[in-house]
Amino acid sequence: MVLHYNPIDGYVSMLKGFGLFIKQRTFGAGELAFALAFAAPYMLTALTFAVGMRAGLFNIGAEGQIYIGGAAAAWIAGHFALPAGFHVFAVTIIAMLAGALWALIPALLKIRRGVHEVISAIMLNWIAYHLVMYLAIYHLSGKYAHITAEALATARYPVLSGTLTAVIFIAIAVCIAVYIFLWRLYPGYELRLVGDNPDAARYAGISISRAILLSFIIGGLAAGLAGASLAIRPPNWGFNATLADFAGYGFVGIGVALVGRNHPIGIIPAAIFFGGLANSARYLESDLGVSSELVGGIQGIIIIAMALPLLVLLLARLRRKAK
Amino acid sequence: MMAIARIHIPRRVLVFTISLVAIVVILYLLGYAGISTKEVARGALFVMTPLALAAVGECINEKAGLVNIGLEGIFLLTAIFGVYGAVRLGSGVAGLLAGSLVGAIIGFIFGIMSVYGRANQVVAGMGINVFGEGMLLFLMMTIWHATSYEVRSEFMISQISTPLGLLSPIIFVAIAIAIVLHVILHRTFLGIKIRAAGEKPEAVDVAGKRVDRIRMFTCILGGALAGLGGAFFSLGWLGTVVKDISAGRGFIALACVVFAGLEPLLALTAAFIFGFAESLAFTVMSTPAAHSFPFLAYFLRMAPYIVPLVVVAIFIGRRAFPKASGRPYIRE
Repeated sequence: MVLHYNPIDGYVSMLKGFGLFIKQRTFGAGELAFALAFAAPYMLTALTFAVGMRAGLFNIGAEGQIYIGGAAAAWIAGHFALPAGFHVFAVTIIAMLAGALWALIPALLKIRRGVHEVISAIMLNWIAYHLVMYLAIYHLSGKYAHITAEALATARYPVLSGTLTAVIFIAIAVCIAVYIFLWRLYPGYELRLVGDNPDAARYAGISISRAILLSFIIGGLAAGLAGASLAIRPPNWGFNATLADFAGYGFVGIGVALVGRNHPIGIIPAAIFFGGLANSARYLESDLGVSSELVGGIQGIIIIAMALPLLVLLLARLRRKAK
Repeated sequence: MMAIARIHIPRRVLVFTISLVAIVVILYLLGYAGISTKEVARGALFVMTPLALAAVGECINEKAGLVNIGLEGIFLLTAIFGVYGAVRLGSGVAGLLAGSLVGAIIGFIFGIMSVYGRANQVVAGMGINVFGEGMLLFLMMTIWHATSYEVRSEFMISQISTPLGLLSPIIFVAIAIAIVLHVILHRTFLGIKIRAAGEKPEAVDVAGKRVDRIRMFTCILGGALAGLGGAFFSLGWLGTVVKDISAGRGFIALACVVFAGLEPLLALTAAFIFGFAESLAFTVMSTPAAHSFPFLAYFLRMAPYIVPLVVVAIFIGRRAFPKASGRPYIRE
């Protein structure tokens, strides 16, 4: 049980994951690309959680919305022949809409019946898990029974390097768009007010239901896109029926959002940090023989640490002193 | 007439009674459909046990003003620590105790963070869940170098034979704990203190009792009960440790708590109702008729999640929770 590893070696392995520790010539930019490939979906699922938190909601349904969005993306990409250019656009939009549709269920349950979003979101995550597994095996499979049909060439995102596709640019654009929405547009202001002070919002005549609905829909759109980015990527250009391609991304997004202080722009560097962490898992295993799953535990500890307001206050005070 | 009209039965109790009657009727009808009634009831009791243990603990916890949504994480971690303890200490009972101890430690850490650190309880609880999921896999790879581990039969809690077939004694322990805690909560001074800590912590403080100690106590108790439930998964029921062993049941336990309106006895009943739904789905799945439609299995596997969702959506009724629930108490 005692974990006797050299901690320095551990840090070195982690740095390799970020492409920073260049000992052999294979490291460097290629590693950073892997880290960014993880970062793109993290950014989007973090956005789901962050927009929820801004409206005072604890939306942890990104996991299920990824499954649904990914299934929709694989369906459009592998089973419809559409003109080049329009096809990839259609895949993206349908995946986002599918994610938003799935997010509507907890939103309506919350508004109409007062069901706490944590319970409904987790139940829907599991329902989506079994539903998408069924769809993958019985309706979406292609050449291989356990992998959904390959996306047609017209539906593929351009590959930048390794598993990194151009989706990263869309992800960053979505983050910026959500920032503009929240801080520059009136509905976004209403959404934040509902989260900060629901009583004041009610006095001001702001519809709380509408803010909740909006926050869930934006979150669903982002998570659906994350699903598309995970389903339409090399080398398979489809997803495995075990859903291993999707698993965990929704929950890691919670940690990313908290580290990014639930700010759409802060999420971008936080997602890259978590992407590097996830990529370094490979080196933990090969260099040290530490099981790569440790990274999951580390992410949990980061989330637990972010729960402490005193810690956050301390960080803020340090920053103020530095100024 | 007036006297009869004055007898007030809470709507929630009525709903539970109707549900239980419905279950009995369904069980009776199943006999005609060629599905073993005993098998369904037996399965329901097994599913009920971890749900009930965690839900009853969480009821007490929320009554005192803390909301710990990290039950799933506690389940996952104690499922593996229970087995590890059993193998190391050489007995299944010791494993169960090890599981509750680990659960209590997690509850203690959560309590320290929430009571003294004024942490955001929902975030901390979710952190426990993510931590549990990662650590379960990490510990399995580190200890056994495999992603699944079969518990040797000598470490399993031995089952006792009843009219329903073989049952684990832990099932009865869980029922007893629910009854005892219900009585403590509603009939003792300790129970008054716990409820007051959630409703009006200032009053408890003025009366010279320590709010922080009451909340720490309920937190550790809740963690220990969830830990016992987690260890039961591997040592008393499934006989194996795998990834996602609890499959979201920590959250179904939370649904039980909400459905029961924080009443331990109702939480036990809710756990049985949800357990029944799951057991029925799995029994149907293993019938020869279902085997000829393999795709049905995917939909039957959704039942354990659809039923709590629908039940909570229909019966939640916007009940008022303790006023100070989920909020840290800060002395002026």
